[in-house]
Amino acid sequence: MSKERIQISEALYDIMPSDYQDLVKSATYGKEDRGWKDIGTSKELIEQHSLCAGCPESMAFRYILASLPNPEDTVMVGSTGCTSLVFPMVAVHNIHSLFGNQNAIASGLKRALGVRFPGRVKDVVVLAGDGATVDIGLDMTLQAWFRQEKFTTICFDNELYANTGGQESGLMQKGFVAKMAPVGKLFDKVRLPEIARESGCHYVVNCTVSKPSLVEKVIRNAVHVAREIGPTYLQLYTPCILEIGKNSMEGLQEMRDSEKPTERFAYKEYISEPAKQLLAELAAKDKERKAAAKQLAGQASA
Amino acid sequence: MSDYRVLPGPEHFLPPAAASMGIRLPNPGEAHINGVITSEDKAYEEAARQFLMAKVPTVFPGPLVLWAWNEKAAKKATAVRHLFNTLKECVQPGQKPMLIPMPDYRPKYPKINPEVEINPNHPNLTIWHNKIDCCMFIGVHCHQANLSLKIIRGGTSCYTIAMCAQAGHEDAMLSFRDASVEKIMRLADTVKRLKGTVQPRLTSAKNGASS
Repeated sequence: MSKERIQISEALYDIMPSDYQDLVKSATYGKEDRGWKDIGTSKELIEQHSLCAGCPESMAFRYILASLPNPEDTVMVGSTGCTSLVFPMVAVHNIHSLFGNQNAIASGLKRALGVRFPGRVKDVVVLAGDGATVDIGLDMTLQAWFRQEKFTTICFDNELYANTGGQESGLMQKGFVAKMAPVGKLFDKVRLPEIARESGCHYVVNCTVSKPSLVEKVIRNAVHVAREIGPTYLQLYTPCILEIGKNSMEGLQEMRDSEKPTERFAYKEYISEPAKQLLAELAAKDKERKAAAKQLAGQASA
Repeated sequence: MSDYRVLPGPEHFLPPAAASMGIRLPNPGEAHINGVITSEDKAYEEAARQFLMAKVPTVFPGPLVLWAWNEKAAKKATAVRHLFNTLKECVQPGQKPMLIPMPDYRPKYPKINPEVEINPNHPNLTIWHNKIDCCMFIGVHCHQANLSLKIIRGGTSCYTIAMCAQAGHEDAMLSFRDASVEKIMRLADTVKRLKGTVQPRLTSAKNGASS
């Protein structure tokens, strides 16, 4: 796969808005080792978006889109929430599902893609908020995992319904008082990473998006494991700075504070045995490829 | 036959789908003008006349010609550019032909730039901003074209032409069907032939799209 497939008609090239020209000229479609370090030197797969200034979700989007191993052959499935405002500005195929249906849609999509393109790797990535993943869509989320559907589920966990003014969600911390939840949460944050593990996910990570290299690693691992073995789940803390009373500049610090070893977003990872084996094989191949490239570069400069 | 006529608006906030008012699509070799089935020859003349009369005649190419997804699409794009160049050559001082792409169908938030693109979910913004009073859609998928044409008819006074590669659009004021490179070139030739014979609406108080 490569960007040769998406050329603009020469006769109308000059009238295309510059973001589309840039996507064709310098986006990283087809680049084997694409990652967050491409940000700033190539066209990102996300254009201007309407998220709030300083929103950690926008950071997460940028890192994830930079890290997808196969964006030209990836379909993302979104759901209702702040993320649905961003998808129109994303240069990866995407589907907006009804609230909570995202994992059911992704199940059918993944199977249909397998039938339609039998010889081609097609990745499906669900990206939804905590309301869609854990509350309204929990049934669909779990059933997809039980069925061992081969796609990645990413939950942007901001611990409440941010898009509608701050209602209580299952992933909200116990005791938290939000604008539309004045009594305070009465029960504990749902432990979805553990539920994911028990439901058959082969790769589960709970972390924040404060470190782009970490986001890149977990996204690549999750997509590769889902492609070859079975369902994977990433729960990424993307705090809503407005709803927790922070300023635009404080999102990153909020994530850093929340990932300390005793905090709820301390890095947690579960990898099944088959997934461990696969990731070890991929790492060995990657090492070989890099060594070969280094040798080739050395020969060329000699 | 229906008495309803597909005319420049603004009709009202939610204009009816022309199909629901009894307007039917042309058969192969035919076209329609204002919902009345007519010969293609007559439609070329009328489309060319409308372009030459307009203060801001505009071509809106959609993704099916903007992207060279096959050889035919690239050739159609060349023909669209030829039509636009012909329009530029044939208009009189004061007229301002435009070529504005519709690269994406998804609603763009927070906004589109109406100077550089048109979006099917709010085509009126581009039409109002540029005071477009005659436009032609080409290479836009049917459902998005129908949506746009209805919005334009509902909220603007712009005359709409559809150069449709399928069965035509009843929601346009004038529609060709089975669009091809030859048909686009023939329209360009007709514009060239009628050059100087049509009086532009430059002095009319009602020119330009109204809100």
